[in-house]
Amino acid sequence: MKKFDKNKLILGLAAPVLAIVAALVITSIIIAATGQDPLHAYEVMVDFGSKADSQVWIINKATPYYLSALAVAIGFRMNLFNIGVDGQYRIAAFFAAVVGGALTLPGIVQVPVIIIVAMIVGAIWAGIAGLLKVTRGVNEVISTIMLNAIGASVIGYFLQDGRLAEKEGNLIHTPYLPDSAHFFEIPTTPKPIYGFVVIAALAGVAYWFVLNRTRFGFDLRTVGRSESAAQASGVSVKRMVITAMVLSGAMAGLVGMPTLLGVSYNYGTDFPVGIGFTGIAIALLGRNNPFGMALAALLWGFLERTGTQLEFEGYAQEIVGVIQGVIVLCVVIAYEIVRRYGLKVQQRKVGEELAAQARKSDKAEVSA
Amino acid sequence: MELAGITKRFPGVVANHDIHLTVRRGTVHALCGENGAGKSTLMKILYGMQKPDEGTITLDGEQVTLHTPADAIARGIGMVHQHFMLADNLTVLENVVLGAEKLHGIGNKARKKIKEISDAYGLGVRPDVLVEDLGVADRQRVEILKVLYRGARTLILDEPTAVLVPQEVDALFDNLRELKSEGLTVIFISHKLGEVLSVADDITVIRRGTTVGTAIPSETTPKQLAELMVGEELPSPETRESTVTDVPMLTVDGLHLSATDSDGVVRAVLDGITFTIHKGEVLGLAGVEGNGQAELVEAIMGMRTPDGGVVTLDGADITKAPTRKRREDGIGYIPEDRHRHGLLLEAPLWENRILGHVTEKPNSKRGLIDIKAARADTERIVREYDVRTPGIEVTAASLSGGNQQKLIVGREMSHLPKLLIAAHPTRGVDVGAQAQIWDQIREARREGLAVLLISADLDELIGLSDTLRVMFRGRLVADADPATITPEELGSAMTGAASGHLEHQEDAEGAEGAEPSEPDAPAEGGTSGDDKPDADEKPDADDASEKKSEPKTDTKSDKKTDKKEGGDAK
Repeated sequence: MKKFDKNKLILGLAAPVLAIVAALVITSIIIAATGQDPLHAYEVMVDFGSKADSQVWIINKATPYYLSALAVAIGFRMNLFNIGVDGQYRIAAFFAAVVGGALTLPGIVQVPVIIIVAMIVGAIWAGIAGLLKVTRGVNEVISTIMLNAIGASVIGYFLQDGRLAEKEGNLIHTPYLPDSAHFFEIPTTPKPIYGFVVIAALAGVAYWFVLNRTRFGFDLRTVGRSESAAQASGVSVKRMVITAMVLSGAMAGLVGMPTLLGVSYNYGTDFPVGIGFTGIAIALLGRNNPFGMALAALLWGFLERTGTQLEFEGYAQEIVGVIQGVIVLCVVIAYEIVRRYGLKVQQRKVGEELAAQARKSDKAEVSA
Repeated sequence: MELAGITKRFPGVVANHDIHLTVRRGTVHALCGENGAGKSTLMKILYGMQKPDEGTITLDGEQVTLHTPADAIARGIGMVHQHFMLADNLTVLENVVLGAEKLHGIGNKARKKIKEISDAYGLGVRPDVLVEDLGVADRQRVEILKVLYRGARTLILDEPTAVLVPQEVDALFDNLRELKSEGLTVIFISHKLGEVLSVADDITVIRRGTTVGTAIPSETTPKQLAELMVGEELPSPETRESTVTDVPMLTVDGLHLSATDSDGVVRAVLDGITFTIHKGEVLGLAGVEGNGQAELVEAIMGMRTPDGGVVTLDGADITKAPTRKRREDGIGYIPEDRHRHGLLLEAPLWENRILGHVTEKPNSKRGLIDIKAARADTERIVREYDVRTPGIEVTAASLSGGNQQKLIVGREMSHLPKLLIAAHPTRGVDVGAQAQIWDQIREARREGLAVLLISADLDELIGLSDTLRVMFRGRLVADADPATITPEELGSAMTGAASGHLEHQEDAEGAEGAEPSEPDAPAEGGTSGDDKPDADEKPDADDASEKKSEPKTDTKSDKKTDKKEGGDAK
């Protein structure tokens, strides 16, 4: 039994190591092909990325990425591809900003109200896709992509001077949140870290606990592994699809919060977009594991931070995009290879065990 | 054809070891062995799908190396797989020429050739019918024709009778004899001894990957053959003393279910299904697959919503209850397709132990999974039900079919069900595990379990059941007394040829014998002495509670008593 666990650990480490080595080799080749020195590029990245201000920047960047990855991962765990996290967090952040801007309550009420509004709006937006899948059989990939576009249009309609937004210079944004709605910060030098990182960490713990330790989580994972077995085991697959989409959307609702409550204090035309798609890459990279996704989110932040520096050193900035792509591909492939290898090893072990038992089967029969 | 010293190793296991097989031209050669004995591997080697590590293959005196199935086909070896490889939406003609277009084109020449082959061997294949409109037996003939069309002189048939009812088996054997008389060679893989003895000219028995002997049918009894195959005495599915009580456990009344088929036509899949299973009773449901058995099971499990009828479990109406409630209320479920409905293949065994019983002890407490208790209980199941595995962390996919099934049986039995739905409980399970599963069903039945048993293995059905019903096209068309009925009589009702109460024919031999019958030998089941064919009350087709006043009287001594006590001990 113990030996088995050791093997499992080695296998578990094999995949990320394999992926990183492969990704490094491939990107080195690509950088070398552009006539540049790959080793120098890595040196620049490590040097710049480990600076104090870079570290803060990376953590602040990674927080929404992580939340987005969690939202995507909830879907992944039951074979739902919620590609609409992007639209969900944006429309959630927009309405949360509108509500937050209209209310002036003490911070202890105001902040939770904003967060809850965001989660509810995100949940509704994702729930639509779940409902369509269950009632009409619409594939969630298609419906969530469409809902991204619809969400963008809805925001575009309301985000106009005189509707739900106001004009400030070139920018149009929702009214500022009152000061009471500003989320706390962790005072670090040279810049503070968003306090929302705490919420993100809690969300990660909640994700792990609910999925791995509760009946509900077991049901959800069961559906993800085999819908037919889940149904036979007594899980209502349809209800589970809606629930998972709603949860995924509620998590997506949190994605915009670090920005809204910690940086911009409004939803404007310059509100970050595309985090939902980044979340898909990070969820893949982190294998839906809460810890793995945290590392992946930080890695993503690191690459983005150091990419800008590479440009100063004369490297093409696009190289970071290439590295990111290569990493995701390497990880997916490496994990699949290791998984198959592990399965083979396991089947062989079972085979050996059986052969050993078969040799003394007569006695086994009696004792059974 | 001769195979000598064939050894094939897979990582960690030796699938075939020093196999010797000599097949004479123009004969039907049967290859027997229980599941997992290595028959399939050997056939894959012969068909060029796998290369042996050692040993030689000699065809007509010439030593050959087969790299791919194409090599094998070129040398006149053809294989009919257990699972048909036909495209439903194409016609017979199209299926036959698919991949062999070069031979005779795809038009009239091919059609003529097909007719010619069909007539020559009496296959009765109609080239322009859509395959989806064909029954199982017809499909099999198309598969055989496909192989012959490609010029095969040696046919390998992998478990060809597994999907057929007895009458169809006879027809198949006629075809095989026809082939033989035309000088073709047939290698017939089976573990059904009766069939093997009736059709084969030579028999080779494989056990644990090696050839343990050869036999000539005329000089061998099924019992000898079985012992050669298993290396021990064969288990019997027979249940002797009746434990049927008059307390109804499951009552199904007027169940009706319609479904839309692929053509968009709404059809009644279940129609007027009415029956009662009492405590301690095993109700066996016979029927050719696809006649509504799967739908009936799913309706009772709550996986399908019937559009009429009432289902009552232990006095409570569960017609509207969701599946989970029904499971909590005490329905155990051994699904027909364990990979689709009974297991999470990529999950470890202990998670599979939780599957279906996530709300019940010891798996969870107050909404939380109790991993420790679940794992401990998985260890217990592995131990008590003899699941052969290195540990509970391995995935379900790594276990062999028999061990997967033992895990499922153990899991379902661990929750002390009131009603067990067992759909093909021993399908794809080796003989040892089969005996265990039977024992467990008998054991639980004695303690008042009601069982709905569905099986394609008619001997298992007759042997284990207290009451038999036959399902045909979504209706219960016939009933029979397992004490007197023979597989052949049951088979005729399964094809719709007979209905109502199946009276056992005096002249035929009864199944109720002093000796336990061999589960793998349909013909054998009826050969022993028939001492009192009419002693049993015939159940009334319309009265759902037919068995309550007339429990079976045949409580004779049982050879397997010691085995049962072995089951009691745990």
